[in-house]
Amino acid sequence: MLDAQLDAAFFALADPTRRAILTRLALGEATVGELTEPSGLTQPAISRHLKVLEKAGLIRRGRNAQQRPARLEEQSMSEVLTWIELYRKQWERAYDRLDAVLAEERKLT
Amino acid sequence: MNKTVSVTTPSDREMQITRDFDAPAQLVFDCHTKPELMRKWMMGPPGWSLAVCEVDLTIGGAFCCIYRSDADQQEFGVRGEFREIDAPVRVSHTERMDGIPGESLETLNLRESGAITTLTTTMLYSSREVRDEALQSGMADGMSECFERLEQLMSETEKVAS
Repeated sequence: MLDAQLDAAFFALADPTRRAILTRLALGEATVGELTEPSGLTQPAISRHLKVLEKAGLIRRGRNAQQRPARLEEQSMSEVLTWIELYRKQWERAYDRLDAVLAEERKLT
Repeated sequence: MNKTVSVTTPSDREMQITRDFDAPAQLVFDCHTKPELMRKWMMGPPGWSLAVCEVDLTIGGAFCCIYRSDADQQEFGVRGEFREIDAPVRVSHTERMDGIPGESLETLNLRESGAITTLTTTMLYSSREVRDEALQSGMADGMSECFERLEQLMSETEKVAS
């Protein structure tokens, strides 16, 4: 994944509505109508969010002009999650060491 | 208690880390602000150690952490100034890394509940690009650890084979 694409993906993921859309799409493809109903937003608002996700390469839209169901672009999603996962692992290692320090200090007091 | 580290991006310019600890908030706070305790766990990426750690825990006071590579003695410094101190629940400081332009604001929040302290660290970067770069540096560390483990595994396998 290119840096610019990764930037676009993180930008897309920063928004809670877009994260909710991705969570819904993880269950299977959905149309704008189906995504609008639970969100409490308007159809144009959902369409705008879908455009951001599509531009970031995280989803693709169907060809059917009427419905254009959206679905996850699984390859890109897993690449982005790997970046976050590796960052998370770095903190996990540090905090495991902190656990050991905390346990030792508590023994001393 | 949830010892799994969770990483979220609350906004374009932020990164947030949450994790529970089995210790009082004051002790977790000390581990983040007292050099003798910081040295024990903040050693940086594998193969590096915290060579210099100085902290002036006052508003406007400076801190300086210099990491050194075991292999070639190369150095890398992280510096900043304290903006807010409310022990043992909150401390906020600026952070700059040597050779990397830009500054971030790091805020540590601790919430004690029963025997558990929940830590939340929020890093606020000057832009989305800077945040993504910080995330990528984390990836580099993760990868280096993977390679290290692979080497270890290979040398163990060699021992068994010979």
